[in-house]
Amino acid sequence: MKRLLLLVLCVGLYLPAQASTLTIEITQGLEGALPIAVVPFAWRGDAAAPPPHEVGGVVSADLQRSGRFKPLPTSQMLARPTRGEEVDFRDWRALNVENLVVGEVSPNGPGGYLVRFYLYDVFRGEQVTGYSLPTTARDLRATAHHIADIIYETLTGQPGAFATRIAYVTSERSGKDKKEKVELRIADADGYGPQTIVSSTEPIMSPAWSPDGRQIAYVSFENAQPSIWVQELLTGKREKLTSFKGINGAPAWSPDGRFLALTLSKDGNPDIFVMDIARRSLRALTRHGAIDTEPAWAPDGKSLVFTSDRGGSPQIYKVSVSGGEASRVSFEGSYNARASFAPDGRMLTMVTRVDGQYRIATLDLATRDYRVMSNGRLDESPSFAPNGSMIIYATRVNDKGVLAAVSTDGRVQQRLRLQEGDVREPVWSPYHQQDRSR
Amino acid sequence: MKSHSSAWLAVVMSALLFAGCSSTGTKDDAGASIEDRGASGAMTSGVGAGGTWSGNPLDNPNSLLYTKTIYFDFDQSSIRSEFIDVLRAHAAYLNSNRSSSVVIEGHADERGSREYNIGLGERRANAVKSFLEAEGVADSQLNTISYGEERPASLGHDEVSWAENRRGVLVY
Repeated sequence: MKRLLLLVLCVGLYLPAQASTLTIEITQGLEGALPIAVVPFAWRGDAAAPPPHEVGGVVSADLQRSGRFKPLPTSQMLARPTRGEEVDFRDWRALNVENLVVGEVSPNGPGGYLVRFYLYDVFRGEQVTGYSLPTTARDLRATAHHIADIIYETLTGQPGAFATRIAYVTSERSGKDKKEKVELRIADADGYGPQTIVSSTEPIMSPAWSPDGRQIAYVSFENAQPSIWVQELLTGKREKLTSFKGINGAPAWSPDGRFLALTLSKDGNPDIFVMDIARRSLRALTRHGAIDTEPAWAPDGKSLVFTSDRGGSPQIYKVSVSGGEASRVSFEGSYNARASFAPDGRMLTMVTRVDGQYRIATLDLATRDYRVMSNGRLDESPSFAPNGSMIIYATRVNDKGVLAAVSTDGRVQQRLRLQEGDVREPVWSPYHQQDRSR
Repeated sequence: MKSHSSAWLAVVMSALLFAGCSSTGTKDDAGASIEDRGASGAMTSGVGAGGTWSGNPLDNPNSLLYTKTIYFDFDQSSIRSEFIDVLRAHAAYLNSNRSSSVVIEGHADERGSREYNIGLGERRANAVKSFLEAEGVADSQLNTISYGEERPASLGHDEVSWAENRRGVLVY
């Protein structure tokens, strides 16, 4: 994989005390990205009380991170229009910018804002789209991500995934005894605004979003026993789902949200089970003396893939949701584990071993095309963005656990780095976010 | 108390046999010895002097029972021959102390996926459990938990650390 340091973007994000700063660097890519200009949005209200975020800057950073766009640095802009009548297309044609975004933010009642933006085709000299979006200080960034989604979809034909979130696990060791503090956190997809939803001195593992994005299932070792918990994000209310003898691990929601696939070793050996969440009833999906774990549902809910070492080394197998014989899916490489499906169901991403290094791979289920997508030593926990455009995963840089993402076509690599501690097990949220806890 | 005491002696004797060392252990009263143990440092200096051990046999640095961690090869869960004597000593101890129980922790190094490593850690814990059961230890005395790669003993990211992290730990 060619390593082009074409661009390094560092976004130092100001966060309230206690929250760690996250840095995003694009470490590779941007060949063939669409040139676009996002002019900083004007503020039409009291100059002494500007909105908490500059909407244009958030939109521009989103588009850049996708790898599909190459935003013009503001320092190179010949003009800074904020309304249609101020746009002179010649300014932008001269810079070979194909699309232009201008906008403004106006006061809109107590604590409210109205965000307007316009997207132009520079060479045709036409408006492509334009929206007027009411929002609040709290939701201003979400509105900016929504605008980035609209622009992305308008220009690429695919839905954007900027107005989504990621869950991940952090670990920090402090004091003489290096006592570990493990936290499950949720942040916006651009790393902004991390919030801790569980904190423990015992391991926390395997966060999994419910399909509506309102709950997270995870494994916690509190009370010296692994248990699967389900926690409601809005209220923080949680419930223990399983705490059997042995392993209680790897929870995965069915696409309809009614079932949870999980790994239990209560019968002596790790097997995949499916729990009817409402009834709390369990059904064994696999019965094998090997390690069967890490179930993941196909988007149609009709089958699951899982990791099994029944053939000697860990490989990916597929089984019907009704059970029965499992068939092997991965053949390339001596180690393949923790697979999950792309949203369209055509591709898997998984951990693979290449020359003793653990990396992220994709496997096209129709063509069998197997591609190694990362270049670390200890990469793990890959998860697709809900639009399938990116894969987020955990890697190590200078002995520190960080998050990284690669575009599904392999062109763009980026790193999301937290200031403190190790970060691991990222999982991208689904689209539907009916409740935001902020 | 008396039977406990003689059982303890038997363990010490067998441990000494395994270790082939020359120190001796005596114990008159379990309760008193626990008090001794609590009285800071007496235990350690006694051993350092090569003299009498009067503490809990599990804490005696000259006993095989002192070793509570055994190590595994990469991606393996079979008991390495060098740890067989250690596990036999623990089996003897548990057989002589039917009221005591142990939690066997299974651990993996950080390579590969986390939940698969939980499976691997459990396999290691179960290998230790099966060994102890084959030596006559009752199932009710044995509990297992796998921490996978979540609780490394060594925080490095190299072969040396990985070897230290692929382990089974007996926690009494």
